Amino acid sequence: MATTVPEPPKIEERRDPSGIGIDSGNGGRRNLVPAGGDLRSVKDYAPPPASTGIWVVLASITMTFAAFTSALIVRQGSALDWRHLSLPRILFFNTLLLLASSITLEVARRQVGSFMSGRRDAVAHPARWLYLTLFLGLLFVAGQYVAWLQLRAQGLFLATNPNSSFFYVLTAAHALHVLGGLGGLMRVISRFNRSILRKSTLDATSLYWHFMDVLWVYLLLLLWIKL
Amino acid sequence: MHDMSAHAAEHHAPTSFIRQHVFSLDHKVIGKQYYGLALVAVLVGMVLSWLMRIHLAWTNYPIPGLHLLSANGAPGNVMTPEYYLQLMTMHATIMVFFVLTTAPFAAFGNYFLPIQVGAEDMPFPHFNMMSFWVTFVGFLVLMSSFFVSDGPTLGGWTQYAPLSAIGSASGPGQGTGVVLWAAAICIFCIGQLLGSLNFITTTLDMRTKGMSMWRLPLSAWAWFITSVMGLTAFAVLMPATILLILDHVAGTSFFVPSGLVLNDQLQPHSGGSTLLWQHLFWFFGHPEVYIAIVPGMGIVSHILVTNMRRPMLSHRVLVYSMGALAVLSYMVYGHHMFVSGMNPVSSLAFSFPTLIITIPSTIIVLIWMGSIYGSKLRINTASLFALGFVSMFISGGVSGFFLAQPSIDIMLHATYFVVGHFHLVMAVAAIFGIFGGTYFWFPKMFGRMMNETLGKVHFWLTFVGTYCIFMPFHYLGIAGNVRRYQAFVDDYLQPLIPVHRFITIAALLTGAAQLIFLYNLFHSRFWGKPATDNPWEATSLEWSTPTTPPPHNNFGDKLPEVFHDPYQYGVESSTGDYVMQASPEKVKSAHDEA
Repeated sequence: MATTVPEPPKIEERRDPSGIGIDSGNGGRRNLVPAGGDLRSVKDYAPPPASTGIWVVLASITMTFAAFTSALIVRQGSALDWRHLSLPRILFFNTLLLLASSITLEVARRQVGSFMSGRRDAVAHPARWLYLTLFLGLLFVAGQYVAWLQLRAQGLFLATNPNSSFFYVLTAAHALHVLGGLGGLMRVISRFNRSILRKSTLDATSLYWHFMDVLWVYLLLLLWIKL
Repeated sequence: MHDMSAHAAEHHAPTSFIRQHVFSLDHKVIGKQYYGLALVAVLVGMVLSWLMRIHLAWTNYPIPGLHLLSANGAPGNVMTPEYYLQLMTMHATIMVFFVLTTAPFAAFGNYFLPIQVGAEDMPFPHFNMMSFWVTFVGFLVLMSSFFVSDGPTLGGWTQYAPLSAIGSASGPGQGTGVVLWAAAICIFCIGQLLGSLNFITTTLDMRTKGMSMWRLPLSAWAWFITSVMGLTAFAVLMPATILLILDHVAGTSFFVPSGLVLNDQLQPHSGGSTLLWQHLFWFFGHPEVYIAIVPGMGIVSHILVTNMRRPMLSHRVLVYSMGALAVLSYMVYGHHMFVSGMNPVSSLAFSFPTLIITIPSTIIVLIWMGSIYGSKLRINTASLFALGFVSMFISGGVSGFFLAQPSIDIMLHATYFVVGHFHLVMAVAAIFGIFGGTYFWFPKMFGRMMNETLGKVHFWLTFVGTYCIFMPFHYLGIAGNVRRYQAFVDDYLQPLIPVHRFITIAALLTGAAQLIFLYNLFHSRFWGKPATDNPWEATSLEWSTPTTPPPHNNFGDKLPEVFHDPYQYGVESSTGDYVMQASPEKVKSAHDEA
């Protein structure tokens, strides 16, 4: 008995929506309408550069802290002067602050997202959560400063011993990056208030912020284990 | 996206002088600014090398006017040994960072990468502008060390610890000089990280319709690969310089071991690791030499293909080989440390990848030579410099086989053999790439042709002169002539001084020959023959801009669409033996790889 095998429906070849597929051009764009070109058709080709760019930024920050980490490990291996250093308690509180700021930022991102996509009635004050994140971030940096003061009170300065050197260098480098993130958040808020915020800017900023979070947890573990 | 309209109107050409020429956001202007910076830097670096060469050949001979440069460093116009080392350090730092990294990568890459991928600009123009100005500030900070009381640092461009980390006790310039050096390099790293960010996102996100990765010209591939290397390498050097500065100004002990006695003084540091600096530095330092050379490879391949009128034997293998160089460059850095007292097992582990990295280099060279063989290469200044690059790269590369083996390297490491090796394979080869790129792209950048006769005279003088300078270095090295000495007073070195005099004369003459280039550059800029849009009958997108030089947004009112592989030569089309990437014309292509 002959059977008829139904032909499977043809699947149309679709461009990789990420746009960075090896075989597709991306329709070079800079959030601009090319004169004579249609924005919508261009939009379909490429992701906003910020969403690629932020990964590039994170890669370079990762390399920087990898270098610091390897310096710490090599320095510890060669040292006879490695001392134990008990971390200031406030660091754990700061960690909670930073983790909480990531959560508030995620809420903010969703709220701003639905606000920007038109559902304005559902969200009353989407910027409120952004301000809260900013506040928690500032509190974190202030908390780190308090941690430095506490170390100083114990008589541990930058040059006292290698442990304190690495503690100050790593926390300061991280705090500088957090300050950069705070600058990014302020830029997001200001652009949002002027209604010129791009979704990609918000996404890139929150990715950076979460990365700062993960980086801090990593550093805390490193300092806790090694120092 | 409710903010699009605000951005749509953004890309108007700036009208104020400051925005047009100084703090410009236009990648083309930024590329030219980088080129200008590299030109100033290379002249400074070359004059420093002259002073050193004169001192080496005629030790204690007064050089007129030298005391103007430094009263302490040259009493009675005679260079002190310390001042020789200070000049050597500055020569190397200026050349490696501000010439070999800025010109082939940042200058040409900034100008041509966005055009070659078919974009209006880089995605982050403000970062791009900052990238140049930060680099410029880095250069000023470095140069300012000439003007502090005891002059610039004498520690060599590698700034080995502990001498670099214990302050002025270790010599003139080792106090403020090192801090300025480290600060300049730290600033430079920030500039190059911003640049790499733009280069990577431009290549990934800004390609025009139809421009797949395999349709990128070889030069664009080279800039892309280099920017990935730059991103990882400079991100490691930057923290290293910060730790070095802290050892200086904050009294930390990252790199200074305990119990170090210098000039009968016990140093206050404790427990640091001197090898740590070398590891951090060379993890950056080896990729850095590929950051200098890979853009040159791309530029030279681009020039050769255009003048051979046929594609490379294999476009893809060439790209893969450049990528392999980039990956391997991180695994070989230990070969700079064979004589550092590192564990011999580690030396062996670094020796294998060092020998392996010769394989992609050899593949690249064989592809060039195989492609040139039998082609009717059009001889012009650009293609001559491209051939010169290949020649330098081979000559300098061959000595690399010797140095890759720890047992031979231990004997040759501290001699002029290494000086000859890296100058040929990295420095001069990259300079030939810059010259080739200049003669090739000048018509597009300035709308005028450079003088071909002067260009060829410049090529031959430079080519012959360069070999006269750097080939004898290998001979000196095998004869045991140690490097970094300011005078050769030992018995066994005395007979080698005539060779040094020959090298010095060759260096002065070759340097003087560069005046021809400078004259050609500036004269052609204003009075050269007007260039057509596509003088070399090339195919890539930079030659299909509506005007020459390209308009502010590169392609006028419509972005190009790409229909072909980058190098469609040797075909029959309405334009001749080539078809441009942006031309919709259908041709029968024997070489279509993608």
